[in-house]
Amino acid sequence: MASTVITPARHYLNDGYGITSWLLTRDHKRIALLYLAGVTFFFFVGGAMAVVMRLELATPAGDLVSDETYNKLFTMHGVMMVFFFLIPAIPNVLGNFLVPIMIGAKDLAFPKLNLFSWYIFIVGGLFSLYALVAGGVDTGWTFYAPFSTVSSTTNVIPTALGIFITGFSSILTGLNFIVTIHRMRAPGLTWFRLPLFLWSTYATSLINVLGTPVIAITLLLVAAERVFHFGFFNPALGGDPVLFQHLFWFYSHPAVYIMVLPAMGVVSELVAAGCRKPVFGYPFVAFASVAIAVLGFLVWGHHMFVAGESVYAAMIFSILSFLVAIPSAVKVFNWTATMYKGSVSWETPMLYAYGFIGLFTIGGLTGLFLAAIGIDVHVTDTYFVIAHFHYIMVGGTIMGYLGGLHYWWPKISGRLYNEGLAKLSAGIIFIGFNLTFFPQFLLGYLGMPRRYHAYPPEFQLLNVLSSAGASILGVGYLIPMIYLTWSLRYGRLAGSNPWGAVGLEWTTTSPPPTENFSETPTVTWEAYDYGSPVEGHVA
Amino acid sequence: MPDPARHDHRPADAFALQRDGEALAFQHGVLAHHFDSLDQQREATTLGMWVFLVTEVLFFGGLFLVYSVYRTWYPQAFAAASHELDVMLGTINTAALITSSLTMALAVHAAQLGQRRVLMLFLVATIALGSLFLGIKAVEYYHKFTEHHVPGPAFQFEREYIRQAQLFFSLYFVMTGLHALHMIIGIGIMLWMLYWSWRGTITAEYYSPIEISGLYWHFVDIVWIFLFPLLYLLGRHGLH
Repeated sequence: MASTVITPARHYLNDGYGITSWLLTRDHKRIALLYLAGVTFFFFVGGAMAVVMRLELATPAGDLVSDETYNKLFTMHGVMMVFFFLIPAIPNVLGNFLVPIMIGAKDLAFPKLNLFSWYIFIVGGLFSLYALVAGGVDTGWTFYAPFSTVSSTTNVIPTALGIFITGFSSILTGLNFIVTIHRMRAPGLTWFRLPLFLWSTYATSLINVLGTPVIAITLLLVAAERVFHFGFFNPALGGDPVLFQHLFWFYSHPAVYIMVLPAMGVVSELVAAGCRKPVFGYPFVAFASVAIAVLGFLVWGHHMFVAGESVYAAMIFSILSFLVAIPSAVKVFNWTATMYKGSVSWETPMLYAYGFIGLFTIGGLTGLFLAAIGIDVHVTDTYFVIAHFHYIMVGGTIMGYLGGLHYWWPKISGRLYNEGLAKLSAGIIFIGFNLTFFPQFLLGYLGMPRRYHAYPPEFQLLNVLSSAGASILGVGYLIPMIYLTWSLRYGRLAGSNPWGAVGLEWTTTSPPPTENFSETPTVTWEAYDYGSPVEGHVA
Repeated sequence: MPDPARHDHRPADAFALQRDGEALAFQHGVLAHHFDSLDQQREATTLGMWVFLVTEVLFFGGLFLVYSVYRTWYPQAFAAASHELDVMLGTINTAALITSSLTMALAVHAAQLGQRRVLMLFLVATIALGSLFLGIKAVEYYHKFTEHHVPGPAFQFEREYIRQAQLFFSLYFVMTGLHALHMIIGIGIMLWMLYWSWRGTITAEYYSPIEISGLYWHFVDIVWIFLFPLLYLLGRHGLH
């Protein structure tokens, strides 16, 4: 703990008051907080859907909601969580806050564009919320054609347009990060001195820029097809539904890496700070991020093993999918090697890092099951798939996000949260998560299909366990909401470097001034320069 | 009111001349507060536009993929449907766009030299050629409408190819429609640049807005350079 706690007289939070000072701000730190409000809202909207679904599945009979309502629930749960929480959460909240500070810049390269991105995000979210209150949409978040283009009578167009619009927020934020990291680094801050969070943010931005336009045009075609009856994806008019799946997954598989790569970057920061050591094999971890981004574009066909894909294409996509395991494993092994003989901390951010590493490993290894064609055919569209991607997205991304939020919260707010409550909720989340999703591996392997509101009675025990876990998980997510908000006013002052960590963000005050640094820093040290293992790092 | 001096963290040994130029640029509001120099700002905006164009390539790339699939599946129907397009109007439009790329390049050159009147002249020429393109495109759309080649219940074509030809015309309208939308945006940007040039914001030191607008304009032209042969010219020799 820092011995002297300084309260900066001027910082970005007191540099202007009133609603317009926030809604018209160009400060990347304030925009990060705008995103924090946005993604938290959409997270709880998506979470509310999950609550009703797990309540329904507590009993075998479809007694709480009708099958049609259930279809709309899982669709909106997926749309809200994927497009309005998981994809924007870490890049747009933590990335926005940290990218300029970590490179010693005053702001992102295009501050107005950054604010514009937030408005696009909100407008896209409002379109999808409109679809929700206007009666919902029942296609699943995947919008498979021709059901979405011909048969469904629900609000496909506003939902698709909402995602289309929000996509531009991802594209413009990615563009902003790429340009900023290329052109705005402080003197001396070479690429291999960058914190690994920036490498993963950069790799994520590449996917955003290259992949998002493809989902944009695809959803535009879905909407156009509904309006003008074009027939691109309608076999009755000579079109091809599988072509839709190719276009959809060309973005939506890389989107998985948009969600998990930033979390990996966060974990690299947490592990280094929590172990007081440089990340083991820095260049390998850095290039693993880029490798995941590149390989991620070559594996989309594994979503179509049962959709009439040729057996040779399926084999190639299977092999390429296995390859993703290599850079992923490099990261896991290197984090573990970093911890080896480190002075390992048990503070909250590190608890989330441990959670991430364990859960991501399970999620990643079950991904290999699904990349194997034979097993995939057996478990396609079962709860095994659901469990697998929730281990990646909830066990991976949300653990990383919460870990990062706790780690940088003192920097963001200038205050410390209640460490006891934070540890408690981290434990509750870990237990609740595993209780929710581990039974779903078993359910899927036993053959319970996804997307049904009723099921045979022999599956009830595992479903009850899962629903019970979900209620614990829900409580675990609510507690941080409370103590983090509470800390804004009543938390102890953090000081500029409460963790004794290295990195440019810890050299400025908490909260940072509007221009981030009183003087542009010059970097003469390597990343994670924990030279001596003794305590008392001087900020 | 923020004090501009507060933003200035350049080392004291920087070239005095350059610093004076940038202080001037800052006062005129062309150097944003978070950049250290006009060079850094220009490099950032140029890179930003290139990254945006990469996104655009992927955006149109999805459409070109859809086109390639159905062109491969239904080559004869696509050739027959392509024959319905007006090659003469398409050629005139292609010439208009290529010429507009030339006037755009000359506009950038004039901007770099600080020739304000020449710059404005070439911007007007670019806008005029772009508008000519859109006008001819509107005439073509009108013809397709009267010939019942707009996809939908009223669509008419040889019975043998009617479904596949409808796919061709769906692609025709989506691809040229999105291209035309980009043209309209481009003309809007050019009008804005014309205003900036007239106002005197564009100078030999600060010409990057013209340069990156030009990058966008050339990109939209290149999209048409692909659309024209794919939609208008394909398989023509086989039908005569």
